[in-house]
Amino acid sequence: MPISLTINGTAHEVDLPEDVPLLWVLRDEVGLTGTKFGCGVAACGACTVHIDGEAVRSCQVALSDVWGDVTTIEGVGTPDAMAKIQQAWVDHQVAQCGYCQSGQIMQAAALLAENPSPSDAEIDEAMQGNLCRCGTYPRIRAAIHTAAGKLKEA
Amino acid sequence: MASIGKILRRTFLIGSAAIVGGVAFGVYYVNRPAPNPLKPQEGETALNPFVLIDQEGVTLFAPRAEMGQGVMTTWAALIAEELDVELDDIRVLHGPAAAAYYNSAMLGEALPNKGYDISDFQHNLAEALGVLGKVLSLQVTGGSTSMKDGFERMREAGATARETLKQAAADQLGVDRGLLKTAKGAVIAPDGTTIPYTELAVAAGQIDPPHVELRDPSEWRILGKHHPRVDMVEKSTGTAEYAIDVRPEGLKFASVRINPKLGGEMNSFDASAAESMPGVEKIVDLGNGVAVIASNTWLAMQAVEAIEVDWGEAPYPPETDALFDVIAASFDGKANSAMRDDGDVSVMPEGATEITAAYKLPYLAHATMEPMNATALFTGKTLDIWAGNQAPTIIQSKAAEVANLDTEAVNVHTTYLGGGFGRKGEFDYTQIATKVAMAMPNVPVQTTWSREEDMRHDFYRPGAMARMRGAVKDGKAVLYDGQIAAQSAVYQAMGRIGVPSGGPDKVLVEGAFNQPYAIPNYRVRGYVTDLQVPVGFWRSVGNSFNGFFHDTFLDEMAHAAGRDPLEFRLELMKSEHAPSAGCLEAVREMSGWSGETPDGVGRGVGFCYSFGTPVAQVIEVVDEDGTIRINKAWIACDMGLALDPNTVEAQMVGGMIYGLSAAAYGEITFAEGEVEQYNFPDYDAIRMHTAPVTEVRVLETNRHMGGAGEPGTPPAMPALGNALFDLTGQRARTLPLSHSFDLLI
Repeated sequence: MPISLTINGTAHEVDLPEDVPLLWVLRDEVGLTGTKFGCGVAACGACTVHIDGEAVRSCQVALSDVWGDVTTIEGVGTPDAMAKIQQAWVDHQVAQCGYCQSGQIMQAAALLAENPSPSDAEIDEAMQGNLCRCGTYPRIRAAIHTAAGKLKEA
Repeated sequence: MASIGKILRRTFLIGSAAIVGGVAFGVYYVNRPAPNPLKPQEGETALNPFVLIDQEGVTLFAPRAEMGQGVMTTWAALIAEELDVELDDIRVLHGPAAAAYYNSAMLGEALPNKGYDISDFQHNLAEALGVLGKVLSLQVTGGSTSMKDGFERMREAGATARETLKQAAADQLGVDRGLLKTAKGAVIAPDGTTIPYTELAVAAGQIDPPHVELRDPSEWRILGKHHPRVDMVEKSTGTAEYAIDVRPEGLKFASVRINPKLGGEMNSFDASAAESMPGVEKIVDLGNGVAVIASNTWLAMQAVEAIEVDWGEAPYPPETDALFDVIAASFDGKANSAMRDDGDVSVMPEGATEITAAYKLPYLAHATMEPMNATALFTGKTLDIWAGNQAPTIIQSKAAEVANLDTEAVNVHTTYLGGGFGRKGEFDYTQIATKVAMAMPNVPVQTTWSREEDMRHDFYRPGAMARMRGAVKDGKAVLYDGQIAAQSAVYQAMGRIGVPSGGPDKVLVEGAFNQPYAIPNYRVRGYVTDLQVPVGFWRSVGNSFNGFFHDTFLDEMAHAAGRDPLEFRLELMKSEHAPSAGCLEAVREMSGWSGETPDGVGRGVGFCYSFGTPVAQVIEVVDEDGTIRINKAWIACDMGLALDPNTVEAQMVGGMIYGLSAAAYGEITFAEGEVEQYNFPDYDAIRMHTAPVTEVRVLETNRHMGGAGEPGTPPAMPALGNALFDLTGQRARTLPLSHSFDLLI
């Protein structure tokens, strides 16, 4: 039985075993590769997406358990029409290898939706599940503060 | 000496070739001609040039891998500076594997000098040795060499292209080339006539490139300034393509398990349970492991886990303690090197105080964020490989061996790397992907390792031990005698690519023998341990352990001498190497170093000269109700010329955090021949809440250009250990520090 999903506003019918994690549905079935595989055990945050606006580790959500609309990095903005948070990432030249940054941006976007002016301590709390082996943390922090400011202006 | 320089300059020849609709320029010639990658073989339309100009514009094929260090952007800047195009107008692609992209700087590092004392003669000789890179076909991204390697060649390619395009315009307009100017991708005549390069490209393809002189740095408009990275928008929108993202038509997904007793055989396996699992299309016997090809990566991972395997034993002692017993025993054998032996360390200066210390550092994994993976398509006659990699020419030849094809029948497509740190200079993962794809000809197959497979099948930073003996007198170091033992990453890696190695292993003692301190009696010896644990190049390589050994012991000597540890180092350094001293002075000023810290605060200084770049760091730790947090860091580096200071800053911070991660938490241990760490919960790293607030200063006084990607890593480990000593009075002689200190996790 195919399972229906709404991803970035588009409906998809997915015919896969129901225990396949959302991460692998997105990457190998739907073809949305912006969401990354890093650990498979919710320890790195590279696979972070939103379900009904909440940041979740897509490697831990089975296909049959997806409880709402899914938003991935591709649904946040595009190279020609970046979201403010993505523009902040570019302005601060955050990425090095860049592999973890989709997850970082999704986590930060959920934080800002909930808390428009996070303090450094609140950023620490929200972002500590997202690993970056290149060590871009100082620039991620700066980009979150910048994005918070831009979002308030809007 | 000058003649060596002249010969070398002649070896940097620029070739041009007419292509469909345009012209390609590249630097391809060494002492003896290498096959010109600009001249397509019969029936071959793909080209491997540095710069290609056609109706579409200017495209740079970067022969170095973008693994996060910003190389694509800075190489483009080198071209743009001489070609007179805007950086935004250059499209940058990864170049295919080609022998002409040899890495000349990396082999130059093999010279037995200390680096910081390099003379112009030795500098030229280093360049000459670089010719060997061509012979070995080393198209390698590593050793923090990309800028040193590309600095001359890329600018020459840009300048030659510019003058050739001007000649094409001169011919068209009937004016002398010398009267023409260039700007923003166009040639401008004295009367204001402007012809875009795109319209001159076809004609330029028919002209022999003229000899050119490079511009003086005072004329630079791009280099030395920050420019937005060309990969930043893609990497902020999820559209950058890593190897794990390639999706050729009809792609299948595979996962793999290789014997966790590393290097051991596979006795037998039973895949009957896996065969009937959802999505499974094929079980593949790899000889030393198994793979499953399926319709989805996760289904492949589930199935490959369900295969029951009888693994053969590991070819090394199966427990960590036994491995370190072997490493310790190598001190009893003959020294492999004594790369520094100044004065006489056998005589204790009269009235001096002797101190000794022993240190031990663990094996370490690279743990790139993107787990190992590669995609392959085997047709029987050709093989295509998509991989994030640091060495495409090696991957090409090693995959050809597996597929029993000519090297030329293998096409390597280099994607962005989701982290490299040295791991992706190996070729095991591309050979595995090749074997898997050969089981399903004419179908592209992507083989992705689980994180557990990645963590447990690395080429690890070798575990290492040091025995140090020193003496201080009247507040000064008068004797320093260091011994270092570890497996040789160089011997092993050279063995894997089939190049004989032997003799003194400079890399085993780098970061110890070549430090800029004027100590009258100063010896550093290396001891090579013979073990079969897979080891390889880990960000900063030998410096990653020697930086800790050498600098921590200096800190111990400073305390034994009753001196401030920063002033103690500075005094020994001033007469030896001014740029290094400048870095220490910079962090002293930036951090407001006074030698005193309030209760509950500890500060440590660390220093290491590596890859031509001295780096000093001060780390501050704070005790918060019994938990210790890394609070602040100050970094100063001097690589001579910083082609993009913003990128250098990012590399310095990132390099330091990579070093702090290892110092605080990193450890690979063995039980029953298998690595005991599986995933990030067992092998954690610095995260947002544990990263220090950091300030960086980039100095530019060094006479020779140094690297940026690795030198930030080595000093972080001793600086943190020294800070903890300042806070607690407890000296860290082993890592990771989380074993002996209550660090914030």
